[in-house]
Amino acid sequence: MKRSRRKQVIPGFGISMGVTLTLLSLIVLIPMASLVINASGVGFSTFWETVTDKRVLSGYYVSLLCSFTAAVVNAVFGVILAWVLVRYDFPFKRFIDGLIELPFALPTAVAGIALTNLYSDKGMIGQFLDQIGIKVAYTRIGIIIAMIFIGIPFVVRTIQPVLEDLDSQYEEAANVLGASKAKIFFRIIFPEIRPALLTGFGLAFARALGEYGSVVFIAGNMPFKTEIAPLLIMGKLEQFDYHGANAIALVMLAFAFLILFAINSLQIHYSKFTKQ
Amino acid sequence: MNKTNKKESKLVRNLLILLSIIFLFIMLVMPLVVVLSEALQKGFKLYIDAIQDKYTMKALLLTVEATVFAVIVNTVFGLFAAWSITKYHFKRKRLLTVLIDIPFAISPIIAGLVFILTFGRIGWAKEILDFLDMKIVFAVPGIILGTIFVTFPFISREIIPVLQAQGNDQEEAAAIMGASAFRIFRKVTFPQIKWAFLYGIVLCTARAMGEFGAVSVLSGHLRGKTVTLPLQVEILYSEFNFTAAFAVSSVLVILAIIILIIRNIIEHQMKKAGGNYVRKAS
Repeated sequence: MKRSRRKQVIPGFGISMGVTLTLLSLIVLIPMASLVINASGVGFSTFWETVTDKRVLSGYYVSLLCSFTAAVVNAVFGVILAWVLVRYDFPFKRFIDGLIELPFALPTAVAGIALTNLYSDKGMIGQFLDQIGIKVAYTRIGIIIAMIFIGIPFVVRTIQPVLEDLDSQYEEAANVLGASKAKIFFRIIFPEIRPALLTGFGLAFARALGEYGSVVFIAGNMPFKTEIAPLLIMGKLEQFDYHGANAIALVMLAFAFLILFAINSLQIHYSKFTKQ
Repeated sequence: MNKTNKKESKLVRNLLILLSIIFLFIMLVMPLVVVLSEALQKGFKLYIDAIQDKYTMKALLLTVEATVFAVIVNTVFGLFAAWSITKYHFKRKRLLTVLIDIPFAISPIIAGLVFILTFGRIGWAKEILDFLDMKIVFAVPGIILGTIFVTFPFISREIIPVLQAQGNDQEEAAAIMGASAFRIFRKVTFPQIKWAFLYGIVLCTARAMGEFGAVSVLSGHLRGKTVTLPLQVEILYSEFNFTAAFAVSSVLVILAIIILIIRNIIEHQMKKAGGNYVRKAS
């Protein structure tokens, strides 16, 4: 982090940067480096064996499948909720707007046991679903429900400010020219909110992929069926297999960064597309 | 617009509002109702007993302790980092902001794991800790460190966009007139970021108090020693003591609702004060 040639106008560069970098290194960078330091001591064949174990592979699969599905559901409902909250007026709107943030404020373990109770075959919602043959608790549907819960504010809160700032003149022009409501939405509004939607989708996806607290109770944790990747790491830690946990964690990190990278690339692609 | 079109859009409007309310009711309100109804299911006396349990009280104290530490450390970091990033010119600024956001992108389980790999049985810093006769993993310092880690970017992330929107003209003018960095911060910058800073503290508190994954990895679940409130919920639940688990949960639900109300008040103040603050997901 070199100081650029231009002299700083505001004094205090050294001490501010010093405190920032020291704390960042102590809390985040040095501990994160341990992931790499330890992994390099193990050897590639052991690493490969751990991360390609059948049970581990199925853990990645369940995690990716469920978090992707949850992020898609959140993208759809996130757009609807943001739209309703920005464009319409109705009673208790401010209350509902504040409620969106609940998953950020509610401890994940509490959300986890509440959802499990709600969707078990004797629960308030689960008993009705059970009658029509749908089991939610201790299945992948349950995992997806928990992931929808924790992801919804990400999508709503990234789209809302964009919708609020949207210039209405194009909509009005389209309306005057006789375009239908649906056409106005998909041709004019949707391209405007697409970057924010992608960001929200990516955040919800990445968060769901790493989520533990709210998922672990409702998942049931059956190997090959409802065992998610963070739980595999936890399992390895409980057996004091630190190297195994390390290997699975590195692959999960790679997935998380790939998602963020893919979202970033998509955004660059679309921004080129719209600027032409 | 002709009449049928108007009717249609009213129908669409009502349908969308109804859909949103049903979704929020099932996904967000029902879980809260379940917590409260299950907690009170066996009467008010049992509820009070469950909350006043010795281990629950100790867990509450530990949760408060970890949250206070997280807020203090992240306040220091958040102010310095936001100030450094917005007030100075230096290379690799973008890299620095990405590094600060790391705790945001990774699973809380991995957040706990990195401290195990650093300070635990096979950790490279284990010998240093032994020499100092200190324990981090499966002890209170580990819980505090894990909590600080997962909430690390919370405060700086709220302040940076506000400072970027404000620009540096006033600070530079003050500097040219000879004010010290601290004086510029206190007199010029802080009044601008007051609400964003408070907002960051509220978000940090909410996350710190509810953190489960990272703390669960680092705790070792020693009852009365390294168990926070969310872990206490887990222990009670896994012992099939559901009423007590939901009673302890209800305390956390009440705290969460208080935090949401404070958050809304601050947001209202921010809109009144500046208006150019952009709300975003955190």
